[in-house]
Amino acid sequence: MSEAEATLSALKQELEQRVLDSIEFRDQLTAVLPPEAVVEACQFLKQRGYDLLIGLTASDHWPELPRFEMLYQLFSTEKNSLIGLSVRLEGEEPKVPSIESVYRNANWHEREVFDMFGIDFPGHSDLRRILMPMDWEGHPLRRDYPLGYEEVQFTFNFDEIEKRKKYAQE
Amino acid sequence: MSEVQMEISVDELRGLVSDRALEGETMILNMGPQHPSTHGVLRLILELDGETVVNCVPDIGFLHTGIEKNMEALTFEKALVMTDRMDYLNNLGNNLCYCLAVEKLVDLDVPPRAQVARVLLTELTRIASHLLWLGTHALDLAAMSVFLYTFREREILLDIFEMCSGQRMMTSYFRPGGLWRDLPQGFEQAVTQFLELFPKRIREYESLLTENPIYIERTKGIGVISSEEALEIGLTGPNLRATGIPFDMRKARPYSGYEQFEFEVPTETHGDVYDRYLVRMEEMRQSLRIVRQALDKLPDGPTRSNNRKFVPPPRSELGHSMEAVIHHFKLWTEGFSAPEGTVYVPVESPRGVLGCFLVGDGGPKPRRVHFRTPSFANLQALPMLSRGHLVADIVAIISSLDPIIGDVDR
Repeated sequence: MSEAEATLSALKQELEQRVLDSIEFRDQLTAVLPPEAVVEACQFLKQRGYDLLIGLTASDHWPELPRFEMLYQLFSTEKNSLIGLSVRLEGEEPKVPSIESVYRNANWHEREVFDMFGIDFPGHSDLRRILMPMDWEGHPLRRDYPLGYEEVQFTFNFDEIEKRKKYAQE
Repeated sequence: MSEVQMEISVDELRGLVSDRALEGETMILNMGPQHPSTHGVLRLILELDGETVVNCVPDIGFLHTGIEKNMEALTFEKALVMTDRMDYLNNLGNNLCYCLAVEKLVDLDVPPRAQVARVLLTELTRIASHLLWLGTHALDLAAMSVFLYTFREREILLDIFEMCSGQRMMTSYFRPGGLWRDLPQGFEQAVTQFLELFPKRIREYESLLTENPIYIERTKGIGVISSEEALEIGLTGPNLRATGIPFDMRKARPYSGYEQFEFEVPTETHGDVYDRYLVRMEEMRQSLRIVRQALDKLPDGPTRSNNRKFVPPPRSELGHSMEAVIHHFKLWTEGFSAPEGTVYVPVESPRGVLGCFLVGDGGPKPRRVHFRTPSFANLQALPMLSRGHLVADIVAIISSLDPIIGDVDR
């Protein structure tokens, strides 16, 4: 049994039913957690030697629901083991507790996710936009955010398009 | 619409700087974004007590080009060109990271010749990147001549890249399943020449800096970080190794056949600017060792996978094989589809761990591509490193972290 597998079963014991599922895809192990269990899981993993938060991002499954998924990758430099966490977030205004208290470098990564996806991180010390200008509207990496172009509005479909145009309205 | 907010307000500043700044006791100084020593468009808000830095708040995003968003709109193969443009000094390393992620997602094989050629070229890229770093780092500390020497050698490497891909910097030479083309004629001679020349040149740079009293004065004991703090803030690469942790993805989780090469992971103990310099100098030597081994063992054979569902057939087959025409057409119009799932591939870039998240949704375009770029992660340590130092040292600290703003902002 590899280190990541052992850790995953220990995590299951620690959090009991709160580990919803585990995914094995291309030799990578990922634990699926509910949002409220993230901080606890990270604390547990950090104690187990996963000392480096090596990846934190989100992905948008629009139009599927639940829409957002948070992805974490933790690495243990000592045991040379990589483990992933995946958190599905419900709703149009998703929220997941910040793990900055456990891994300090989550600060900028969470700011980036907030900037790009509009996911809120309660408990974050300095949640501001990081890459986009401060006055930017919308969150560019959402799948329903247009890629640089706008649908052309004609008189016959002006109102219809206006309704689903979320951003850049005068 | 609410009032347009163009600058950081006093309220927001409150959390970032000390209370003394708001009372006017310390000074807020803006540095950049157009400052020659911030290595691109990086802006720093410095809180100063006389010459001493009390707080440093990096403001990034001036070079944000939406690479990740653009990649979502392209097929897997076409999205590759965006990766060169992220960290433009580690173009082939980025290509490699992305290709490995795609290959992992669709489970595609890479022939041995392509694997060794990838290692060889990636290590040359590492040397080229360290050379540019060394030149600009020394330039920041007012040692002009080093810059001229390192750019001379970097030019040889860029010529080799141009020979392979037709481009000096935006190479896109590695493709999912192998290489764009076989290595060109004259490639081996060019690399051999470089191998003969370069060890002398490293000694030359070292003779200019390693024992230079001015350089030592400006770098020793500057920007010190302990290994625990470094891991906590997510430092990787030479910056982490300078604190004494021999962590290198090439050794820890070998990819593209790195396990077949003999090389050491240089470390130092103090974790200051000078040690980061020493680590990088030794890394160039180790890269040279890998290049030499790779050149010796470069096997013959194909340079691209033979799996026609992912790799287009050679042009010569199109004339007589209907099957080849169909594959060609499918791949260049629709592209290949990847299964639903998420992969994460970390590789060692010259700056640290470069990780690629790739999420497939069953179609020919990625649902999400994210790069955990080392510059972004390393730059986060800047406030920690610069507290208590003089303004002039900030320049040394920034350049010792080696941030590439294209890599930070993407």
